[in-house]
Amino acid sequence: MPVTVRIPTPLRTLTQGKDEVAVDAGSVRAIIDNLEKNFPGLRDRLCDEKGVRRFVNIYANDEDIRFLQNLDTILKEGESLSIVPAIAGGS
Amino acid sequence: MIRPRLTSIVEAVGSTPMVRLRNVAKHCPKVKIYLKLEYMNPGGSVKDRAALQMMNDAIADGRLTKDKILIDSTSGNTGVAYSIFGAALGYRVALVIPENVSQARKNVTRAFGTELIFSDPMEGSDGAIRKVREVVEAHPDKYFYPDQYANPSNPKAHYLGTGREILQQVGHELTHFVTGLGTSGTMMGVTRRLREHTRKITCIAVEPAGALHGLEGMKHMASSLVPPIYDANVPDEIMAVETEDGWDMSERLSLEEGLHVGHSSGANVAAAIRVAERIGEGCVVTIACDRGDRYFTPMRWEKHYEW
Repeated sequence: MPVTVRIPTPLRTLTQGKDEVAVDAGSVRAIIDNLEKNFPGLRDRLCDEKGVRRFVNIYANDEDIRFLQNLDTILKEGESLSIVPAIAGGS
Repeated sequence: MIRPRLTSIVEAVGSTPMVRLRNVAKHCPKVKIYLKLEYMNPGGSVKDRAALQMMNDAIADGRLTKDKILIDSTSGNTGVAYSIFGAALGYRVALVIPENVSQARKNVTRAFGTELIFSDPMEGSDGAIRKVREVVEAHPDKYFYPDQYANPSNPKAHYLGTGREILQQVGHELTHFVTGLGTSGTMMGVTRRLREHTRKITCIAVEPAGALHGLEGMKHMASSLVPPIYDANVPDEIMAVETEDGWDMSERLSLEEGLHVGHSSGANVAAAIRVAERIGEGCVVTIACDRGDRYFTPMRWEKHYEW
């Protein structure tokens, strides 16, 4: 069983409308690399040269990866990764 | 000037001051950049104007009565405004907000007795819009739904208020007006007012550079539900701003100008400076939508309690 990645609405144009994507288990970095292979452009939306963009939150299960091992956080099979915008947008 | 005594807090909306930015745009000495401080409104944001106009117009024609609950989708400032005026005028208020809205926002609206209904954080403000429509469709008699994205009273507030004030304050020298798109109410209303001036004033809309962004309150139109009040033909130009540039500019405004503003204000000023660099000489007005203190995220040790 792979890792489930939850994709927020603004990024679903890159994932052909999919709200969940299955990716092989591994580090967050490896998962993002993997996503980039299948959905080109996704990595650039999530990360800049310094790491995860300041306004993007990535949760390994229910914990923000900034409070774990950041991009080196390991996800095991069956676990989930959620990409959550830091804000809600709109007004 | 001392303000007169007020009979209600609603009378404190509008007539906001404008301050010249002297430090963040030093490299453009021949351009005056003014920031209109909408955070001086009683609810702390530009949204007070639209919320009050929508409520007053609805009370006047009977759409909002004491038997109904005012309900809308809002990630914050409009909700704060409804909550304050609801309490002051005696109307009940309910808000649908994405669950990832900051805790401070949730607390401030609840303090005025407002009921909160949460929508999926993965679906952003569009998810909140869809949810409020479901709730209203299920109980149409129970609610008054102003729908800030479609309500003509929203741009009207800026046509009658913000735009008129800007002309009074700097109409004699104004060359450019710059502001971000959220509901687009400010852009639509102010621009229509400025168009009535005898001199051409260039009006530039600001939007986030991408669909996934961190400029709260702003909309990336190409990937969003487009607000019915938005008319793409109104602005002369649309300028894209990166989230990081908006965030960095709001930090600089605190440090260099003593203006602690939110990220959308930072994006507005970043765009205004870009305009200043381009024109070399002129007068640019932009909007400080709200204060920065609504955006502090919980500290690490707080987060387990708050989220």
